[in-house]
Amino acid sequence: MDKKKTVNINMKQYGMILALIVVFLIFAAMTGGKNMSPANINNLIMQNSYIVILAVGMLLCVLTGNIDLGVGSIVAVCGAVVGIMIVDYKTSMWVAIIAALAIGTLSGMFVGFFVSKLSIPPFIVTLATMLMGRGLTYTLLKAQTKGPLPANYTYIGAGFLPTVKIPFGGGTLDLVSIGAALIAFAFIIISEISSIKTKKKYDFPVNPLWQTIVKVGVIMIIVWFFFYKLARYNGIPFVLVIMGLLVALYHFITSKTVAGRQIYALGGNAKAARLSGINTEKVFFWVYTNMGIMCAIAGIVLSARNASATPKAGDQFEMDAIASCYIGGAATSGGIGTIIGAVVGAFIMGILNNGMSLYGWSTDIQKIVKGAVLLGAVTVDLLSKRKK
Amino acid sequence: MADYILEMNHITKEFYGVKALDDVNIKVKRGEIHALCGENGAGKSTLMNVLSGVYPYGTYSGDIVYHGAVCQFHNIKQSEAKGIVIIHQELALSPYLSVAENVFLGNEQTGKKGVIDWTKTHKRAQEMLAKVGLENENLNAPVSSLGVGKQQLIEIARAMAKQVELLILDEPTAALNDEESKRLLNIMLELKKHGITCIMISHKLNEISYVADSITVIRDGKTIETLDKGKDEINEDRIIKGMVGRELTNRYPERTSEIKDNIFEVENWNAYHPDDPNRHVIQDVSFHVKAGEVVGFAGLMGAGRTELAMSLFGRSYGQKISGTIKINGKQVLIRNVRDAINNKLAYVSEDRKNYGLILIDTVKGNMTLAALRNFFSKKGIVNKNDEIISAENYRKKINVKTNSINQSVSSLSGGNQQKVVLAKWMMTQPDILILDEPTRGIDIGAKYEIYCIINDLAKAGKAILVISSELQELIGTCDRIYVINGGHICGELTREEVSQEKIMKCIMEDNGKEE
Repeated sequence: MDKKKTVNINMKQYGMILALIVVFLIFAAMTGGKNMSPANINNLIMQNSYIVILAVGMLLCVLTGNIDLGVGSIVAVCGAVVGIMIVDYKTSMWVAIIAALAIGTLSGMFVGFFVSKLSIPPFIVTLATMLMGRGLTYTLLKAQTKGPLPANYTYIGAGFLPTVKIPFGGGTLDLVSIGAALIAFAFIIISEISSIKTKKKYDFPVNPLWQTIVKVGVIMIIVWFFFYKLARYNGIPFVLVIMGLLVALYHFITSKTVAGRQIYALGGNAKAARLSGINTEKVFFWVYTNMGIMCAIAGIVLSARNASATPKAGDQFEMDAIASCYIGGAATSGGIGTIIGAVVGAFIMGILNNGMSLYGWSTDIQKIVKGAVLLGAVTVDLLSKRKK
Repeated sequence: MADYILEMNHITKEFYGVKALDDVNIKVKRGEIHALCGENGAGKSTLMNVLSGVYPYGTYSGDIVYHGAVCQFHNIKQSEAKGIVIIHQELALSPYLSVAENVFLGNEQTGKKGVIDWTKTHKRAQEMLAKVGLENENLNAPVSSLGVGKQQLIEIARAMAKQVELLILDEPTAALNDEESKRLLNIMLELKKHGITCIMISHKLNEISYVADSITVIRDGKTIETLDKGKDEINEDRIIKGMVGRELTNRYPERTSEIKDNIFEVENWNAYHPDDPNRHVIQDVSFHVKAGEVVGFAGLMGAGRTELAMSLFGRSYGQKISGTIKINGKQVLIRNVRDAINNKLAYVSEDRKNYGLILIDTVKGNMTLAALRNFFSKKGIVNKNDEIISAENYRKKINVKTNSINQSVSSLSGGNQQKVVLAKWMMTQPDILILDEPTRGIDIGAKYEIYCIINDLAKAGKAILVISSELQELIGTCDRIYVINGGHICGELTREEVSQEKIMKCIMEDNGKEE
């Protein structure tokens, strides 16, 4: 009986996080540590926030075995709506934000209607929204950049939480960031202990103590690294809060709710899911509607960060979001993938982009490398599964 | 000395240290039909895959002697070049290509310069089809427009086109009804007359005794014995004994029925084909099932049994559905699967891989899927601990052979997969279970266990509907049997009066009426 009480941690689960660390360290070596500077860590988060937000929404589409190609265009439409309302019609920022969210939701419902009620393949429907959205953006903006957007709006994409700075080692240190890191530590430790407790209560096998300690330790080091760097810069970016909340929410939905399980079941075998009482039409509809909402949020963050709405905004974001999901271990056939995986995938892409820019490689070369990394990551993932 | 076309000597094949085949020997005489019997997982398919080069030379040990020479096949092409053709259980036809194209799939009839010669293709396809009794088939029709039985024959025609000398059929009649099976078996006998040797893997013992000249029984990767027609006494009990290693004195467990009140009543049920609103698939069907009763639905393939079950189960099949369903005497409205589940109805599909299971998911994930909303969650949030405990309980209760409930169901054998599907529906705590072909494609030992589960459920006061193409199985397990033909009920037989002949008579008489 005692033998079964412990089980080793499945290393594959953490392979992506290790890859992320390795990629980061390689660029640290190549750029002489430039990518580890507080300013760059801050940039990394701000630059990737919208991709992470989109990847979270995209993962749900990928779980159903499909993708959404219209994402980048809808991001641009929502940004354009905000720009026009604030700049041309002088509406309040809140009205503009609500309008953008409404437009995003409607576009998602539009896709959802065709996909679920009329059973048109999502690839086709979203290829159409990609073209229509881009065209609509150019029309709305008359092919010009709309700006500048006011400071209270740009706070969403470029602002920081209030800080309490003290002098520290030739610079300053923000105590709010340090506090956030400590709260995160407490949260990680408490949730780990409670999970071990429930496992023991139900007599399930637990991981050996040293493995748990190593795991928690590594996570805490990563968390500390990020927050310390942020503390040395300007504190916690507001987008990090949005991103963190969304990631936490969707992680919860996919892993702990019936709705989440229904998405996985649908992706695994739609016919069996239907015969198990899952309304697959409804699942499809909400997955795509949700993607529309996420596009609106990303559109708001992006336009706030740029302080303007541009017709080319969000160009090819769909590809980055889709690639993030696949790099993060999602299956093209559906039914397999996690939110955390997609987020890690997005950061691997982000670290690559960022590192290569710092090293001075052109965006052309960056695309070659990104393509190769996508292909490599998925190939390794699939081959390792096949061996089993 | 007998003339052997094939000898496989001391074949041993391991998968990751587990011996799937352990010193297997089999000798096949030229021109005979040789049956290969064994439970699922006994190693029959593995042995045939070794023979045909699916597992290349070098990955196994032992010798394959074919036409007196030792062969080392590295792939299927090499074995096919020597006239060994295997037809797998899952047909390898391309559904939208025509009959003629499929006959020469991978073996295209080309003229000079590798361009397909269509005249030659059609002429030769006609010849090949004639050999399997399909001379009247439209060569240009897409294969998907034909029934499974004919598709199977086209596979054989395709083997003929490759100059087959040794034809291997892996459970050729698994998806066929009695009539189609009979036709296939007769064609095998016909091929035998033309000097083609056949190896047939089959679970159906009556078919084996009908066509086979000799029988090799395999159990747990070892050859148990080879029986020759005429020399040894061949009967079902003997073969079963060899397969399971014990005498199954009764293939159907004993049950004393305690039948209570009517629990499920269907009146004047009608349904039309989903693609064709004029095709009346289910016609005025009325029946009832009592608590604690096991009721069978007998009928030929295409009689409408599955369609009836699925249209009842939340209108999962058909359109323009009409009729009433009463549960415990009260009329209920069941518009979708969720309503059905909430009304304590469960349906175990005949096609577990496509409609029953999510193959990439775990045993646990599959077991709890249908009951997730009603029994494993509060306000939409899943209680994972309850899930694990329940899945673990059912694993033990109905003896699912798996290392852990976190194992993927795709790695389980057919019988264990079927148990997972049963567990999934038992977890929804139903009062009425419709089991559609609950033992299709699973071995005798697992079948017996499934029958025991059915009995336990009936004993617990559930109403059980069993749909099966094996009449013997219905007779062995049911209290009452409805005979379905052409979408309506054409007879009802009680346990005391039922026999295979009576069921077939019902169907024949009904067919006579229509003509």
